[in-house]
This record gives sequence, C-alpha cells and structure tokens, in this order.
Amino acid sequence: MEIAGLIAYAIFLLNLVGIYAIMVLGLNMQWGMTGQFNIGVAGFFAVGAYTTAILTTEPAANWLGGFELPFLLGLVGAVVVCWPIAWVVGRITAGLRTDYLAIATIGIAEIIRLFFLNEGWLSNGTRGIPGIDKPFGVGNLGYLLIVLGFVALTYTLVEIARRSPWGRVLRAIRDNEAATAASGKNVAQFRLQAFVVGACIMALGGGLYAHFVGFISPEAFRPLYGTFLVWVMLIAGGSGNNKGAVLGALVVWLIWSSTEMLAGLVPTALIGSESAFRVFLIGVLLQIILVSRPQGLLPETRPPMPGEGKR
Amino acid sequence: MVEFIQLLINGILLGSILALGAIGATMIFGVLRFAHFAHGDLMAVGAYFALAVVTIFNLPVLVALPVAMVLTAALAVGIDQVVYRRIRRVQPVILLISSFATALILRSLIQMIWGSSNQVYATGIQMPWRLGPFVLKPDHLLIFAAATGLVVLVHVFLTRSRMGKAMRAMSDNMNLALITGIPANRVIMWTWAIGGALAAAAGVFLGMDTRLHPVMGWTLLLPIFAATILGGIGRPYGAILGGLVIGCAMELSTLVIPGSYKPAVAFAIMVVTLIFRPQGIIKGAA
Amino acid sequence: MALLEAQDLYAGYGGVDILRGTHLHVESQDIVVIVGPNGAGKSTAMKAIFGLVPIRQGHVYYQGSDITREPPERMVGRGIAYVPQEANVFASLTVLENLELGAYSVPGDMTARLDKVFSIFPRLKERRRQPAGVMSGGERQMVAMGRALMIDPQLLMLDEPTAGLSPRLIDETFERIQDINHLGIGVLMVEQNARQALAIADRGYVLATGENRYHDTGPALLANPEVAAMFLGG
Repeated sequence: MEIAGLIAYAIFLLNLVGIYAIMVLGLNMQWGMTGQFNIGVAGFFAVGAYTTAILTTEPAANWLGGFELPFLLGLVGAVVVCWPIAWVVGRITAGLRTDYLAIATIGIAEIIRLFFLNEGWLSNGTRGIPGIDKPFGVGNLGYLLIVLGFVALTYTLVEIARRSPWGRVLRAIRDNEAATAASGKNVAQFRLQAFVVGACIMALGGGLYAHFVGFISPEAFRPLYGTFLVWVMLIAGGSGNNKGAVLGALVVWLIWSSTEMLAGLVPTALIGSESAFRVFLIGVLLQIILVSRPQGLLPETRPPMPGEGKR
Repeated sequence: MVEFIQLLINGILLGSILALGAIGATMIFGVLRFAHFAHGDLMAVGAYFALAVVTIFNLPVLVALPVAMVLTAALAVGIDQVVYRRIRRVQPVILLISSFATALILRSLIQMIWGSSNQVYATGIQMPWRLGPFVLKPDHLLIFAAATGLVVLVHVFLTRSRMGKAMRAMSDNMNLALITGIPANRVIMWTWAIGGALAAAAGVFLGMDTRLHPVMGWTLLLPIFAATILGGIGRPYGAILGGLVIGCAMELSTLVIPGSYKPAVAFAIMVVTLIFRPQGIIKGAA
Repeated sequence: MALLEAQDLYAGYGGVDILRGTHLHVESQDIVVIVGPNGAGKSTAMKAIFGLVPIRQGHVYYQGSDITREPPERMVGRGIAYVPQEANVFASLTVLENLELGAYSVPGDMTARLDKVFSIFPRLKERRRQPAGVMSGGERQMVAMGRALMIDPQLLMLDEPTAGLSPRLIDETFERIQDINHLGIGVLMVEQNARQALAIADRGYVLATGENRYHDTGPALLANPEVAAMFLGG
C-alpha cells in the first residue's frame, strides 16, 4: 500500500513535470535561444488552458461552450487561438529592450488573467471551469504517457529548430543583434517568429495542464505558478540548452514538491502559512542559484557556426 | 461632473502614492539599469513595518512612518549588498530575475509573519468631510501633504546635496561618473536607501487609504512601472508627473470601463508610451 | 622624475591586444601629443593608463609610484584627470553641477577652483545655470575640460579634444589647452589635428598598430619628412 501510494504520487508528480517541461521548452525558444525576456508565460499558459477547456467540456449554461470536441482538437484549438494573440503581443512589443519587454509581457499576462477573471460569460469568472476530463478515459498513468509523448515531440521539434539555420539566426540575434541585422537578416521577423512559436508551445502546455487537473480558474495563472516557476526551471536547468530545460523542470518540480514536506515538518506556528513558506524557500533557492551558478546545471553547448573552426 | 471631480481627487491621491514608488523605481532603473520587480513588495514591507510599530507601541501611524522608512531603507540596502551586488556584473537579466525572486521572498515573509488577511492601521470609521457634493477623508489630506513634503525633500536632496547630484550624474552617464571619481558603490547604496524609504512611505499611505494586504504592493507594481516609463527612465521629476497622470487615468477610467480593469489602463498607457515615445514625456536616460 | 611613464604596455579587450609594447613618457608641465592613423591604439593607450582597459603586461608609473591597473577612482585621487572623447558631460545636469561633480573626490571649499576654471573658460560662468546637454559642441568640450580641472590635476589627459569642432573653435581649444598648461599642468592628449597639436607640443608620439613608431619633440616630428609623408597627410 505504501509503495502503491508512492508510485501513484510519482506518477502525479511526473505528469506535472512533463507539462512544465513543455512550457520551459517554449520559454527556452524565446529566452534561451532568442534572448526575449518574456515574463508573461502565465498569459499564454492561461489562453491554452481556457481554450481547451471551452472546446472540450460539456455544454454549460453559464459560460461559453463547451463544445464537446475531442482532446486533440482541443489542443490544436489552444495553439490556434494562442497564435494570433502571441502575434499581436509580439508585434506590439517588438523592438522593446529587455527590461521593457519584461514589463510589457508581465503586464499582458496580468491583463489576460484579469480578462478571464472578469468576463464571466466566457470563463465563469472566479468560479472557474470544472469537468475537463482526461481523454480516452485514461487515468494518471495513461495520461502520463500522453504527456511524455508531447514532451518528446516538443523536444524533438525545438531541438531540430535549434540546430537548423533558423535557430542559428535566432542565436545570432541574441548574441549580437546589430551584426545580425547588418548581415541582412530581418531581425524583427525572426524575433516575432520565435516569440509566437514559444508562446504556442506554452499554450500547448496549458491545454495539457487543463486536462490533467480537470478544473481551471484564474487563480492557477498567477505569476507565481504560471511564470515564475517556469523561469526558475529554465535558469536552474541552463538556458539555451533544451536538455537543461527538461532537467530543470524535473529538478525544480521535485524541489518544489519537497518544500511541501519540508513545510510540513516545520511547526505551523513558526511559519504561519505553509504555502507562503514554500514560496519563500523556492525564492531563496533561486537566489542561491543565481548568485552561485547563473549559467544553470547544464549550460548551453553551442553547435558550431558554419565556417567556424576550433579556436 | 461631480463624479468626475471626485474621481480626479481620488486619482491625485493614488497618483501621489504611485509617484513616491516611481521616484525610487526610476532612480534604481537609472543608476543600476534594471527594472526592480520587488519594488512593489518593498512598499508592502514598509506598510507592515509601520503596522508593527503601530500595534506594538500603540503609536499613531504618522509616527510609525519614519521608523518604517528607515527600516525599509536598511532592508533595501541589505538586499542589495547580500544579493544584487554579487550578480551586478553578470547580466542585467539575471538581476531582473533575482528581483522577481526577492519580490516573492518578501511577500511570503509578510504572509508568514503577519498573515494573509486584510489589516488596517486604525479601526473605526473616519468621519469624512463633505465639501459640497465632494467627499474627502482627513487621511487623504494627510497623505497628500506628507507625499508633497517627501517629494520636496527629495528635490532638495537631488539638487542641493553632493550625493544627490552624484546620483543624478550616475543615472545620466555611468562611465563619466566613474571617470570623474564618483564612488559608484556609495551612490548605489544611497539610491537603495532612498528608494526603499520612499517605497515604505508609499506603502504606508496606501495602507492608510485602503487596507494592508500581502499583495498590496505587487498590484501597484505595474502602475509604478508605467509611471516610470511615462516619465522617462532615470528622471525623478518625470516619475512624479507620470505617477499623477497614471493615477488620474486609472481612477477616471472607471467612468467608462469596469473598475477591475484599472491596472490594464495603466498598462495601456505604458504600451502606448513605449511605442510612440520610448524616452518618456521628459527625455529619459535609456 | 617623470610625471607619467608607461612602459611596454600590452592591453586590449577580450584577450586581443590593441597595444603592443607602447611606451609613453610625460614630464611635468609638458604637453605631450599622441598622433597616428585610425585604429593605432591612441585612445586605448589613454584608457589603459587610466584603468579603463585591462593591461595584460607592462607598467604605468605616476610620479615614481606604480599605478598599473588602479581603478579610475584612485587615479583621480592621485591628481590625474581624464576627458573622454564622447559623452564627456552630464547632459541633464547644469554646467555648475558638472563642475561641482568634477570636484567630488576633492571635497571642501571649491570657490578657488571654480574661479580658476571660470577664468580659463569665461563662457562657462555666463552659462553655469544651463543644462550641459543643450550647449554647443565647443561649449560642451569646455565643460568637460573644466570638470576635469576641478580636482586641480597635475596631469590632464584629453582624448581628441577638437573632434567635430569648427576650425575657429579648434584654434581656440588649442589656445585654452596652452593656458591650462601654463598653470603648471601636464597635458597628455590624443589628436587627429596632428599638425596643429604637434605645433604646441613639447613632445609627440606617433603610434601605429599599437607600437611606437616615432617619438621626438613636436617641431622635430613636424619637420621629419617620413612622419609628414606617412602620418600627417604629406
């Protein structure tokens, strides 16, 4: 029984690791590869989750949908809806310097959250959307296989992209934007493409998340869960490195979960609120990583540029 | 019309609170070249420091204000020395993420120490003054007067003191400041001290106007950044103007759209500024 | 004892040496000019001496003490002032504030020093309440030099003080530099207007690809046909 419980817990955990890994891969496309400082991950996460929820749930009286579409169509919908939104956001923020982009994207994410919070006809407001079933009647284990399949698919695609000429241009933009522009590349266009692709990967993660937890509300898309954890994962894992991104998701989620146990060990009288204590721990952990190892666990290894010999 | 003027009064009040936060944020942005995402939470910490003084020593909040300002200034300098100073040379983005982590740490500490529920400095309802059709709480006048006083103090500091001038110089031209022999580290510490003290004042005033809550500062962070950008990065006077404009716009927007979208208004103004006049109303250093 | 002595300097950015064995020597109260083609490492030499570019090898002595790799802050404390070529004023601050900040590391009463700067640059006194950023290029150069003079330096380092100025202003600037020198301040400057600069120089250095090519008195360099043909445009 003990072991069965542990296994069930591990499966539960790995599901979330996989979902977060997908979002970290999306972020790595934007930040690790292109150097776009998007701290509005939660916004695209939310768009994906809500789109899937509305498309696949049973018809409801109080909010839009549901349309009872199949699981895969829900995910496709998530990506398709996210695409134009990310494109508009990317266009508006194109050419903003790093810190401005950061401020702008977190603002957009908060507005998206406010939108889902206030537009009850669409999203049922604070009460959220329940009854988002897992597909094909699978349990957590079956769903884990589906999630892992998507992780593998996403990983393969972003890794192909990273090694492609397109990926090389992105990294060139990140490392020296002026020189890349001078060599005749349309920097704005490439940045926008990377931003949109990254955002759509996040939306895919959002869709998978909705089906896993079965219920979504604006609360889940606060900057802490939606954005900050994803960033911690990427920085801890090693930005620029897709393996690092996945590893970061695993390690940080394990630590995040173990803070729950750690918080359970410390008397509540001492820490007041358990969830606050967990946030505190993860914040301190990130500071330690940033101070001691800012390049992450698996730093980026760069495929050689064409014509670049060993120096 | 009456409603318009009433909202304008509220807007100026909110604007002066935003301005106090934005002055610190813009100076930190100017001197250290990064957006300090923990600034809102620094405000909240300041507000809770004042609460501690009020509840433990049973003092009026205006007496607690200077204590909170000094404590928050020390905290800001301490955070910089322990964390930010070590990563200042790595990459500005690492600093930015680090400040995000600081924000979460501060907020969770507040929750752990003071709990997550709403709190107030003084219980009981203040009798509002009725000036014709307008309603004004005595606290509002107090906040406005104190905020104005602080802004004047900052102005005197920046234009009269050696350190204030050095701060403006560093925000204006970092390289030349180094060449001139201005001690960068001392200026940075002073910047944090003043930014922290002003953030605390903003937090206390916000707490007086509404209530104390662990996320009270975070929700004001975006409007503060909006004020900073509108006023021009590194421009304290621009930040004051930006704060007032954003504050009034947020309050007046409730005439046409639901109040829950107030933060979105600040953000929309910010985006428009970024696109059409990235240097701000008053030309910024960035 | 030499005011400034740079011996066999190797320095540059990111492991690439721009200076390769550069020597410089400034006697107190001298005007010393560095000339040479673009990319010769003239500005880099100034920056390396002042601690702004990492020195890989070699030494810098100031009044006999080794100041190699000291940070700019310490240089200022020793009485060395440096005026970069670009962005050399605090644009949003007034002229007076620029001058006051120049004296940051030498606190105390600055009336005498201000008077000295105003006597060299009377225009600055008239315009002391104006933000430096709204002034003309020539006036800004005055602010920049005035700012540097506020520490009462023994050595003033100027990086292309006449760049971008009209011929009339160039003449005036060289006159002002001579005035400053007559106060007993040694001047080390990099100049593109090589002929005019060498004409007022006690000594000059011709730098090319980070190495000393020639050094001699100013008039001797001007008279040297090789130098004239190769570096002074015939």
